[in-house]
Amino acid sequence: MTLRLSVGAFVAGLAVASLLAFARTAGPRPLRAAVIAYVEFIRNTPFLVQLFIIYFSLPAIGIRFDAVIAALIGMTINFSGYATEILRAGIEAVPRSQIEAGHSLGFTRLQMYRHIVVFPALRTVYPALVSQFILLMLGSSIVSAISVEELTGIINTLQSTTFRAFEFYFVATAVYLAMALVTRWMLHAFYMMLFVRGRPLDKAWAR
Amino acid sequence: MSRDFEWAEFVFLLGAMRWTIALSLIAFVGGGVGGLLIALARTSRNALLRGVAAAFIGVMQGTPVLMQLFLAYYGLAVLTGVRLDPWPAVTLAFTLYAAAYLGEIWRGAIDAIPRQQWEAAAALPLSPAAQLRHVILPQAFRIAIPPTVGFLVQLIKGTSVASIIGFVELTRAGQLMVNVTFQPMIVYPLVAVLYFVMCWPMSLLALRLERKIDAALGIRRHS
Repeated sequence: MTLRLSVGAFVAGLAVASLLAFARTAGPRPLRAAVIAYVEFIRNTPFLVQLFIIYFSLPAIGIRFDAVIAALIGMTINFSGYATEILRAGIEAVPRSQIEAGHSLGFTRLQMYRHIVVFPALRTVYPALVSQFILLMLGSSIVSAISVEELTGIINTLQSTTFRAFEFYFVATAVYLAMALVTRWMLHAFYMMLFVRGRPLDKAWAR
Repeated sequence: MSRDFEWAEFVFLLGAMRWTIALSLIAFVGGGVGGLLIALARTSRNALLRGVAAAFIGVMQGTPVLMQLFLAYYGLAVLTGVRLDPWPAVTLAFTLYAAAYLGEIWRGAIDAIPRQQWEAAAALPLSPAAQLRHVILPQAFRIAIPPTVGFLVQLIKGTSVASIIGFVELTRAGQLMVNVTFQPMIVYPLVAVLYFVMCWPMSLLALRLERKIDAALGIRRHS
């Protein structure tokens, strides 16, 4: 459940963040301001409070979610706030001259985004995204507070029936640590595969 | 019969903000001391010290703060044999948490100081402690300020998690107010706004300091 929630929120959050980052860098001024306000608000309030607003406040005006859905929405929104900022940094790190070079080659707008902006930007921000994903996974333990039965939630139930709190939390902590380490390692391997191997030019650059 | 959310309830939330701030400050100061030791251990010549510090950072950054909180809460209870009130557990957990993150941030700052600075200080000749104190740390300090302020924001937001084990800070106070007023649509957004009021100025400050230091170091950023 922890993994499913995290991956779900990662994919959905990244999709939202891509749109927001695009709006933030290329949109009209009011849209940019709106995105900035959204990102700043998400990044400067606690995830737990965001979760409470979605799960406890919204039903007061008639919008009601199941706990798991609320958790997923909360995690998606939270992640999208941070990811937008990461993607924006990546997009803005693409040198202007690259885009001008694209123009001079007669690239269409779409081609330009695909070859010149998105791929290099993704490569730049990949490590930051990985870190953010791991924070998302660790942060997901908090959704147990709205009664979602992910890893922490299950451990809470177990410890309250067995009274072996310390042992169970110790095991759960070890599981989280293992997940974080394995995820980091796998995503690093994926990075090597995607961006380094089979791209001799990059290797030449690295030297 | 439920109460309305009025001035008294708002004042209660403001009062609870004190505890959020107090907890953040204690963790920040305690974590600052621990973090400095960790950063020094992490950059020392002793491989054992480096390994221990790295392992500590890895574990603290690879596990949820909620788990650390539970472990401290129930761990202290196991050690002392009594169920404590949340205060010591919460402060212990957040202090260690802050120590790990600050240690890693400051290690980065120390590593960012060029090797030649160490060599020049050694040539003067300053003792290793004096090299650190008079040459390296003053420079590392400047680089470290913006990410440290940024981490303080993360810490303030993080303390909201303490509400889960019943520590009454801003988030918990919000829950209590919802329980008596049944107006979550007012209370929780207000709680969010109060956090925002605490965190946003610091985020802005961190950003400004970062720009300033980048300018001083001659790093040009695309704005």
